[in-house]
Amino acid sequence: MTEITVENKTSIKSNKKRNKAIMHGILFALPWIIGFLIFQLYPIIASAYYSFTEYSLLQPPKFIGLGNYAALFKDDKFLISLKNTLYITAVGVPIQLIYALIMAMLLNMKVKGKSIYRTLYYIPSIVPLVASSVLWIWILNPQYGLLNSFLGKLGLYQPAWLTNPSLTKPSLIMMDVWRSGGTMLIYLAALQGVPRSLYEAAEIDGAGKMKKFFNITLPAISPVILFQLIMGLINSFQYFTQAFMFSSGANLQISGGPENSLLFYSLYLYQNAFSFLKMGYASAMAWILFIIVLVVTLIVFKTSLKWVYYDAE
Amino acid sequence: MQSELSSQKELNRLKRKKVIKKTVIPHVVLIFFAIIFSLPFIWLVSTSFKTPENVFKMPPQWIPRPFKPENYINAVKAIPFFTYVKNTLIISIIPIFGQMIASALVAYSFSKIDWKGKKILFPIVMATMMLPSQVTMVPVYIIWSKLGLVNTFTPLILPSLFGSAFNIFLLRQFFAGIPDSYIEASRIDGASEFRIFAQILLPLSKPVLTSIALFTFMGGWNDFMTPLMYLNESSKWPLSIGLQAFTFQFQQQWELLMAATVLFTVPMIIIFFLGQKQFMEGIVMTGFK
Repeated sequence: MTEITVENKTSIKSNKKRNKAIMHGILFALPWIIGFLIFQLYPIIASAYYSFTEYSLLQPPKFIGLGNYAALFKDDKFLISLKNTLYITAVGVPIQLIYALIMAMLLNMKVKGKSIYRTLYYIPSIVPLVASSVLWIWILNPQYGLLNSFLGKLGLYQPAWLTNPSLTKPSLIMMDVWRSGGTMLIYLAALQGVPRSLYEAAEIDGAGKMKKFFNITLPAISPVILFQLIMGLINSFQYFTQAFMFSSGANLQISGGPENSLLFYSLYLYQNAFSFLKMGYASAMAWILFIIVLVVTLIVFKTSLKWVYYDAE
Repeated sequence: MQSELSSQKELNRLKRKKVIKKTVIPHVVLIFFAIIFSLPFIWLVSTSFKTPENVFKMPPQWIPRPFKPENYINAVKAIPFFTYVKNTLIISIIPIFGQMIASALVAYSFSKIDWKGKKILFPIVMATMMLPSQVTMVPVYIIWSKLGLVNTFTPLILPSLFGSAFNIFLLRQFFAGIPDSYIEASRIDGASEFRIFAQILLPLSKPVLTSIALFTFMGGWNDFMTPLMYLNESSKWPLSIGLQAFTFQFQQQWELLMAATVLFTVPMIIIFFLGQKQFMEGIVMTGFK
């Protein structure tokens, strides 16, 4: 009899404790919960609704069904913006990731003055994006820019980087590589975390440099590569500031660079929303972007099961 | 004897070869890239001190002669520079406090309080990191415009009160590394959760809070898209928008533009050197799993 009451008491007590913990848990998480509901969940739903409407902000939204989506696939500028974005993603992201990895590996070779090199390579990435765009527009100036003056000295062809439609995107990639010091730092930390014992064991087995790189280094840092790849892809789909800076010509708000070669997805979306006030159309674009990002991320995660190794912690 | 000597020589040769392979080649490559990566900075600073005629001189001058520091004064005078600085400071300093406090509170809930809900909520926090801001951009703008707050600093400052996924994640990882025994003792002594949070966790988290302060400040300083959306009047512009406008107003005056670019960039570089350690640690922490 007495035993039961004691048991009851403890269970009541632990129940009370649990409820208190739930209350505290919610209370402390409240800032994020409120922010999530107002600035993320509601907007996601609202933008899905707007995407089926014609909405100029000045008049209430008018339901038009799939009209925006149908119009998008007939819109040449939309298709160009999609193509440009795929280009900068498929070409730019791998180049940056590979460059950052090579530099991190060089820095990891126990060279003297490592911290000086590390700082030098890292600093470009803290230059504000707008500032770095202005600087690169000047560096790439066809007549008086730094790059072409070098090319001229070497007797090479001096292209019009910012006006030739096939060179505008490579120009942006050049600048992005210059700015990818953050990724390099992350790789460097990952490389330093690879246990020496793994290399020593491989050396005893007579493994060469290449073998060590592919069989030890790459698998060991593969989770970090995956993370950088996904963040790189997502950022690249949102490519905006650089494109805005490089493409701004006479008409700032609706420019897409020479032959629209710098009209990236986010730039066109922004123009639709805030220059043309086509909120419904922009929302439809936003949802297509959302789906593309989701699908690409899922594919990367799926394939990552084959190439990412998590050590059994 | 002869053979011993030659084998010694051979050994030395091999050693030297190894030294070259191990240290000289990496250094050559590292120095080469260091020069290439520094040249844009040198070019930036050098242009900012040139006379207009020398800017267009070919081949380019690396050390400007004559040297014109007046470019800086002229650049500051050509635009409402100090208004831009003030606006930039408003949108980059105020959010620091919101971010630190809100993100730390939420991270505490997700790491040190034992409740089931966090197992559902934390993955959502992580998932929102992958949500492109374009998806929420239009409805969020409509909310602010209905509240009549477009063209004020509120849309740039207020969201910081709700924390950000990145900072919550960073702090949660840090809190998770603090042993529970620190907290349990105080709980048994009857300390309230808020007291434990404020008096035990926060003081231990100074390094990571510093990283967050640095990142938030730099985020505000560099932001371009949000002020572009919300701040229409030039009296409200931060430096990023001001510099963009300046670029197309003074298209050929590269010496003034570069001087303005230097002024916009230098504070970031100073902050980086002051907080280098926190900075690098913060970057590395956010890069993992």
